[in-house]
Amino acid sequence: MFWTPIKRFVLIVVLVVIATYISLPPSFVLFGNKIIRPDLNIKIGGLTIERSFDLHLGLDLAGGSELVFQADMSKIPVGSEATALEGVKNIIETRVNLFGISEPNVQTSVFEGKSRVIVELPGISDTQQAVSLIGQTAQLSFAEIKETPATKTASASATLVPTNLTGADLQSAAVVFDSQTGKPDISIQFTQAGGQKFADITGRNVGKELPIILDNQVISAPVVQQQITGGTAQITGNFTTDEAKQLAIQLNAGALPVPVSLVQETTIGATLGALSVQQSILAGVVGAVIVCLFMILSYGWLGVIADIGLFIFTVITIALYKLIPVTVTLPGIAGFMLSVGMALDGNILIFERFKEEKPKHEFHQALEIAFGRAWTSIRDAYAATLITCFVLANPFDWSFLNTSGPIRGFAITLALGIFISLFSGIFVSRNLLRVFVKERKEK
Amino acid sequence: MIDWMKYRWLYLLISGTVILTGIFSLFKWGLQIGVEFKGGTLIEYQLSRDIGTDKIGQVVKENGLELVSIQKAAGNSDILELGQVSSAQRTSLKAGIEKLGVTANELSFETIGPTAGADLIKKTVYGILIAALGILFWVAIQFKSFKFGLSAVLAMLHDSLVVIGSYSLFGHFFGAEVDLLFVTALLTILSFSVHDTIIVYDRIRESKKNFGESLYDLANKATSQTMVRSLNNTFVLVFMMVALLLLGGSTIKWFVATLLVGSISGAYSSPFVAVSILVTWDELQKKFKKR
Repeated sequence: MFWTPIKRFVLIVVLVVIATYISLPPSFVLFGNKIIRPDLNIKIGGLTIERSFDLHLGLDLAGGSELVFQADMSKIPVGSEATALEGVKNIIETRVNLFGISEPNVQTSVFEGKSRVIVELPGISDTQQAVSLIGQTAQLSFAEIKETPATKTASASATLVPTNLTGADLQSAAVVFDSQTGKPDISIQFTQAGGQKFADITGRNVGKELPIILDNQVISAPVVQQQITGGTAQITGNFTTDEAKQLAIQLNAGALPVPVSLVQETTIGATLGALSVQQSILAGVVGAVIVCLFMILSYGWLGVIADIGLFIFTVITIALYKLIPVTVTLPGIAGFMLSVGMALDGNILIFERFKEEKPKHEFHQALEIAFGRAWTSIRDAYAATLITCFVLANPFDWSFLNTSGPIRGFAITLALGIFISLFSGIFVSRNLLRVFVKERKEK
Repeated sequence: MIDWMKYRWLYLLISGTVILTGIFSLFKWGLQIGVEFKGGTLIEYQLSRDIGTDKIGQVVKENGLELVSIQKAAGNSDILELGQVSSAQRTSLKAGIEKLGVTANELSFETIGPTAGADLIKKTVYGILIAALGILFWVAIQFKSFKFGLSAVLAMLHDSLVVIGSYSLFGHFFGAEVDLLFVTALLTILSFSVHDTIIVYDRIRESKKNFGESLYDLANKATSQTMVRSLNNTFVLVFMMVALLLLGGSTIKWFVATLLVGSISGAYSSPFVAVSILVTWDELQKKFKKR
């Protein structure tokens, strides 16, 4: 690098100002004035850059539910389990999206022959509806009634004969309200092939009932008045608006290829999450103040530089959490705390080394040697931690390793912290010290 | 210079006492396994006023649920540990408690099937083994010696034994349960332990290049050189952990306590376990060669 320390110093200042801006909360009170931090919203010609600078809080902090469904693969031929599981995931994803939750997360996990789908629903604490909505098989079919005339041995009976018109022929379903009764109905639109089948079936059954079966239950048995050719139909029943909405969602999402059952559920209420955030922030601030004082008491001016480095580390970390974005969980906060410790350890290592080298060399030279010597130990130590982070974060989704969200969150924040502390410990502190030392010389 | 390595018997005595106490506790009382691992249900209710755990237990029994424990938490909260709970039972349980004349706010609800936990344990053990292997190779390559790698991993094992042992004591005396956060803490300590060991190793490696003294002298020197840094660093961690322990709320209490024990053990084990083993190994090797 051919940059002078002053130029680098300016670069650091610019970077810190940007990072500080991003890491500020959306609005806060300073000296009695309410300050609102606007989000990024730039228009250059036709190009619009829009970005909100909000922290993404995990389920344990923001409140919400995690549901784990186990798929029953017993009827799936060996070898096509993965495809079936992927199908389950996609359908659950569609259903969750239709449910209208912001930022849901659906992922699969296969471990020792157990296929699971993990669903994260932020902000949802009443899970009963969600569970029944997500987990249902929702198989729709239309059935014809076949009447058997009375014989000598048995009286007349009617059996349901399912037709070849099923949920697969459905294009979309929506809730409509009957103009006369005001009751909610479900309007369904068939695909082209489905519409043809429907026309044939209604043609055959004019004047007869055509029961609609959902999950082996007759939900409605309308009488066919005439052949319907338009490819649309209406399901009428005694639905409440919620029921009709739920049915529409299930029909839209299609049928699950395999049945699933709920094996695990975690719900954190929003109040508990908010309490955890408050307590952790308070504890973090108190801890940081004590640590900063300790550094100043132990290392004097060098300690002040380390504290400034720590501040820079914190704002860059929060800014990156917001930009990447990293979902912040309780273990994630712990990972952050640990990386703060490691960032400070980098400083302590350098300062201790500096104390050792100071009697042997001139001030400025001793500083450079201290940085150089401390680097090898910092490099090797950080690399060892990164190995652990890699195993915990499991970026390639190896099925024999952990895939659970919280442990991952911890590993990702810790790894990110290591990289940022390399930057703040080596680049920032070093250049601050260089500038600081120069000034002392000029005096 | 202080002859640190002369007192290896003392370090063995300290580590031995702590680890044996832990192992004794593990055999006698075991670990309190949390819901996340053994399966079951954990519900936290915030009540409008305190009605006592007995009455709540009565409601649980009326609903035909298996009651494991009821614990009081801050702010009129009760944490119920139950067997498997269906969603219908969940609704009727809350209604049953509210019949006692209080409003019950469900702060958290967690139910886990009996098999999910076993998977988590297996995956964690695989994770630790792979991470340990990776670290063993990394240290062995960086310090060009298998001895360094294995000693570092043994120090890591020492720290995990200390932590698991003390957690067994926490569990017996204060009801700390093994959950996902404990596993996270354990993994953190393993990486911290190696981090710290490498710092001491680095000084041995550096002096070796310059002077070529015996490993015994190098180890003494490296221990002296890193002692202040090690102490200061431990202070920083302890300040942070104590603040979190006192103010951080009940959700992370045991997590932080584990980290606190682990970071002290991790700092201690670097010179006094990893380097001690290294020096002893070196001496034994030389004795065999002389014969």
